[in-house]
Amino acid sequence: MKLNLLVRFMIGFFLLQSVLSSAEEARPLQADVVVEAQVQRLSEELRCLVCQNQTIADSHAELAQDLKQEIREMAAKGMSDQAIIDYLVARYGDFVRYRPPLKASTLLLWLGPFALMLAGAIGLVVMLRRREKMLADKPLTAVEARKVRELLDKDS
Amino acid sequence: MKRFLLPLIIFLVMVGFLAVGLHLDPREVPSPLVGKPAPAFDLPLLDQPEKTFSPKQMLGQVWLLNVWASWCVACREEHPLLVALSKAKLVPIYGMDYKDTRAEAQQWLNEGGNPYAANAMDIDGRVGIDYGVYGVPETYVIDKSGVIVYKQIGPITEQVLSNKIMPLVERLQAQ
Repeated sequence: MKLNLLVRFMIGFFLLQSVLSSAEEARPLQADVVVEAQVQRLSEELRCLVCQNQTIADSHAELAQDLKQEIREMAAKGMSDQAIIDYLVARYGDFVRYRPPLKASTLLLWLGPFALMLAGAIGLVVMLRRREKMLADKPLTAVEARKVRELLDKDS
Repeated sequence: MKRFLLPLIIFLVMVGFLAVGLHLDPREVPSPLVGKPAPAFDLPLLDQPEKTFSPKQMLGQVWLLNVWASWCVACREEHPLLVALSKAKLVPIYGMDYKDTRAEAQQWLNEGGNPYAANAMDIDGRVGIDYGVYGVPETYVIDKSGVIVYKQIGPITEQVLSNKIMPLVERLQAQ
């Protein structure tokens, strides 16, 4: 009976704690919701230059935090996505974008995989054709025919 | 023999690519700022907070802008080189103290020597963003008309200094 009371007390305690801790989170204001959505959208498109393989949204590097703050301020001023991305590209180059633009210098990056796939497909077709030719029925030569007969006769 | 030729060629091509890849530094991102005017700023000086430094003041001179911080480990590597360069009085070096505190920066310069003609304090890192700073130390070579001609990402080495920066500075100074 005593244990039961203790369990109940503990459950109550944890429930209370979860209520209290969720109450601590600040609710964003209505105007901020649009800005925050834009910040989130943009920071998923932008590379953290310190960690390189993370987006700004994922990174906890100090520069990523600073850039997020910078984006937030620009977004609050009402700048468009494109204007903000242009601002950062002017400073950090195309590398800051997670999706690089299609340009002469990035052509290999964009088309390379397709070119490799095409080369693989052509190679496969050539190989299959060659194998088909090898497997095609060819009449046996006289020597081969005799050998076959000898082998078959031996068995029986 | 012929059936081994193709795999061998593919292997050698791959080795070639990997060998080149080994010598590339992925941290070196080409800066779009090279060839463009150095972004303007007006920041308080480290030792005289009431005065400010602005790249405009340097028009007509070739100069180096070195971004550093007292918390930056790699800055310690290049610091003796900067001190030696400043003693040779070949080119003025201006510092931008990036996301640092005055007290720590002062202490750092007292310990390692001060190669800088002046230091601008970029405490919140705003100007650093304008310069595309992402890994301290970074050094910019700026010409007489205020255009960035070269950007060194990471510490300056003796090799970089004698092979790249100094020949460039001499050429720009002669212009």
